[in-house]
Amino acid sequence: MTHIPGIAFQILQSMFVVLAAPLLVGWVNQCRAWLQNRSAPSILLPYYTLAKLFHKDAVIARNASPLFHLTPYVLFGCMWLAAGIVPVLATDLPFAPAADIIALVGVFALARVFSALAAMDIGTSFGGMGARREMLIGFLAEPAMLMTLFTAAFISGSTQLTTIVETLAHREFAIYPSLAFAAVAFLMVLLAENARIPIDNPTTHLELTMIHEATILEYSARHLALIEWAMAIKLFAYMTIGIALFLPWGIAEAGNWAALPLAFAALAVKLVLAGAGLALIETVLAKLRLFLAPEFLSTAFLLAVLGMLTHFLLLT
Amino acid sequence: MEIALVLGVPLFGGLLLALVGHKRWAPELNALMSLVSLAAAALLTVRVIADGPMTAMEEQFFVDPFNVFLVALTALVAFTTALFSRPYMRIEQHHGRVNTARLRLYHSMYQLFTFMMLLCLLSNNVGVLWVAMEGATLTTVLLVSLYRTPASLEAAWKYFILCSVGIAQALFGTILLYFAAEKVLGPGGTSLLWTHLYEVRYQLEPTVLSLAFVFLLVGFGTKVGLVPLHNWLPDAHAEGPTPISAVLSGLLLNVALYAVVRSKVLVDGALGRNFSGGLMMGFGLLSVVVAAFFLSRQKDIKRMFAYSSVEHMGIMTFAFGMGGPVAAFAGLLHMTVHSLTKSAIFFTVGHASQKTGTQNMADIRGLIEQSPAIGWGLALGSIAILGMPPFGVFTSEFMVLTTAMHEHPWATPFLLIALGVAFAAIFGKVQPMVFGETTAHRLPHPPALIPVFVHLGIVLMLGLYIPPYLVSWYRQAAALIG
Amino acid sequence: MSQSISSQLVNLLAAFLLLLAFAMLSQRRILTLIRLFAWQGAALAVSTAIVAWSTGQTHLYFSVALTLLLKVILIPWVLHRLIDRLFVRWDVETLINIPATMLIGIGLVIFAFALAAPISQMANTLTRSTLGIAMASVLLSFLMMIVRRKAVPQVIGFLAMENGLFFAATSATYGMPLVVELGVALDVLVGTFIFGIFFFHIREQFDSLDIRHMEKLKED
Repeated sequence: MTHIPGIAFQILQSMFVVLAAPLLVGWVNQCRAWLQNRSAPSILLPYYTLAKLFHKDAVIARNASPLFHLTPYVLFGCMWLAAGIVPVLATDLPFAPAADIIALVGVFALARVFSALAAMDIGTSFGGMGARREMLIGFLAEPAMLMTLFTAAFISGSTQLTTIVETLAHREFAIYPSLAFAAVAFLMVLLAENARIPIDNPTTHLELTMIHEATILEYSARHLALIEWAMAIKLFAYMTIGIALFLPWGIAEAGNWAALPLAFAALAVKLVLAGAGLALIETVLAKLRLFLAPEFLSTAFLLAVLGMLTHFLLLT
Repeated sequence: MEIALVLGVPLFGGLLLALVGHKRWAPELNALMSLVSLAAAALLTVRVIADGPMTAMEEQFFVDPFNVFLVALTALVAFTTALFSRPYMRIEQHHGRVNTARLRLYHSMYQLFTFMMLLCLLSNNVGVLWVAMEGATLTTVLLVSLYRTPASLEAAWKYFILCSVGIAQALFGTILLYFAAEKVLGPGGTSLLWTHLYEVRYQLEPTVLSLAFVFLLVGFGTKVGLVPLHNWLPDAHAEGPTPISAVLSGLLLNVALYAVVRSKVLVDGALGRNFSGGLMMGFGLLSVVVAAFFLSRQKDIKRMFAYSSVEHMGIMTFAFGMGGPVAAFAGLLHMTVHSLTKSAIFFTVGHASQKTGTQNMADIRGLIEQSPAIGWGLALGSIAILGMPPFGVFTSEFMVLTTAMHEHPWATPFLLIALGVAFAAIFGKVQPMVFGETTAHRLPHPPALIPVFVHLGIVLMLGLYIPPYLVSWYRQAAALIG
Repeated sequence: MSQSISSQLVNLLAAFLLLLAFAMLSQRRILTLIRLFAWQGAALAVSTAIVAWSTGQTHLYFSVALTLLLKVILIPWVLHRLIDRLFVRWDVETLINIPATMLIGIGLVIFAFALAAPISQMANTLTRSTLGIAMASVLLSFLMMIVRRKAVPQVIGFLAMENGLFFAATSATYGMPLVVELGVALDVLVGTFIFGIFFFHIREQFDSLDIRHMEKLKED
């Protein structure tokens, strides 16, 4: 039964991601508050919010279809699945061979499709608008995301995330300009995909500018809680993908319990820094006008392509 | 020693005229400096005839049969143009188109421009050749905009941007050339010396050289005015002062073509003939045809002759592209006669437009009545440039055509049609300007027409009889070019 | 510093240079454009210094000094002065919209890489693989000159092109002979000043630095 430690690792990691995700959101919010000279909310606030939402009664529009009911669960499931694929604490998880980076992007896309469909389901104008915008962003962000991942894939010669991370983590120290390009592109995609500031503002419900919030306007109570939670996991997953690709040092191998504390500590430090960085970006930048979003994302795409091209040119 | 003199005189002249170029006697000083350069060039020529090719100053400069005759030609045309510019610029000043400050700029830049062209020709270092070529652009760009009219500024801007961009491509070509040479000759200064490159030309990396040649041809070709890179040329010629048009057409284009041909020699050594020759023939033929068809649509007299320059540069490029002793000989001869004829034409055109106060051909009428010398000069110059016997242009064009018929028959009809179209266009436009009712009036200063007839006389002589030492020069240079 | 680390550093700077070329292509503000140009010069100087140090080519230090002086300090300063005097800080126009320009830019980069690939394989210098990037940044600056309507960005494009050429010279050949480099630097400097003079003349005549006013001379 050699699989047992691996499976244990897998379960541990998945649970860890799901449980820790709101904490990351709380940390980002706290940092942002500090940076903006506000008194910061508790870092546990997202948990309280989730708990509060789970205790409420759901209000659902009369004309809502089963799809509308289903969507929060699908979203949550997708994100959980993604969290299982991404090597957060350890590489070589038993679940990982089931899906590579393309499938990972597919999982995110599936979630997006459902959320857009659900937004249009009720038939309010905001829902439709939000869905349209969400799809626009997604349609531009996905190729950039894929290109970024491909750049990393080219370096390691595989589209399996675990293989990529292992190659990158255990290589000799070398500067990859292609990875630098990819990292910047990835950061831009991360901001766009997680409804962060230059593209979307997660804290407002301004009808003219909102994108993501518009798609979930009709949800309440446990459904809303699930969606919020899924979003938190999504942010967590994206950040860990970024960490795994660009700062992979210290990650453990599955079944290697001894390396686990170190991996855990390394991850915690990286996430703390990444969260603070995200808050900083959100504070420093201003939100772009909606029609500049394509430009932002095409720049990300461009950078990713450049990264790939420089990889071919500068075979170090 | 002679080389130092040839280069030193115009450089010194440029600096001197920067200080005193606004004085009343500055035009005379300008002409004097050019005369001294001409004398120095003549000395150099005599020395080369006596001693053969030589290098100087740690091989940074060199003279061989190819560049020595261009040096002599450049010095000669620079001198005659200085003679022409003496009354011309006085009249312009009289008309209030330039003031003394701009005349100072003009005279200083004129000498520096001559210096840059001579440096281009004499430099053995391919990198310095590039630097001097860019320098030639820089020195003339403010002269093109000398009148500060909107049109002249536009022309100068276009000239500057297009030529700088073009020349940047040539720098890339030069870098690639150095890159290839470094492998054979090792790093350091000698790898860019043309004489060294020439010796090892068979060992240079062909892939790199072919790419380098494309960049060099595009870069220097912009300066030559090859279609489709010719856009700056008609504007710069039409809007600048006429002496500048004369030296641009008569000299700068030659020097740029010289740079292309120098590169071609190296590339041919590395690659065998077809590649560079084919490219040059293509560009040359395109220039001839396109320019010929544009000729008939021109209204401005200087623009028209600028297009004629594009056409003739096309013929030369085509000739050098064909290669072989006869074609190269024809190309060199055409270079000589074209620059003499074209500058003579610009001299007459300059005075004609001063007399009538316009460059619009429809308003220039009956020159021969008011001023027979200018009228005849323009008529004879046009006949010469159109390739009528017994002028020298006929000889060179005839040689190009016969070689083309022999070696590349497909190109002949294009050439013939283009020459025919050009003939009809120029002849049709020049004829009413020369004959008929006059619109011209007197000039405040007597025009300088001796240069016109000196040039036309030389061209006529070259059509009837080429002196044997000139023939042997051309032969040697043609053998060098291959 | 070992050969491989320095070559990696140069590669990184090359990538940075390419990134800057794209940034300039997408930039709308002249002031930022000048700053980017200065950055490009700085990156160029650093990479040249690394090459000089790791290969022991002392004459490259002159180029480094020249680059720093000219492209990081002098020319940006001159340009700053110019735009101050001419009040053209916020010129924001391109002929083609920016994403389209970027796409063309990517095409150019691919073209340049393809062109440079066979040559790079022949080079034995430690920075050989950067030749493609140099060529790409030359082409990108060329593109920038084409798509900009205003005079100042065009000039910056020209200067950036020269940067790319300079980078090509160091990356492919450890720099040209010193005479040539000095000459090139002189040409660039004089060119910048002439451009400056031009700006004033153009302004005087057209009351604007928009090149669209200068489209009278063409074949009809």
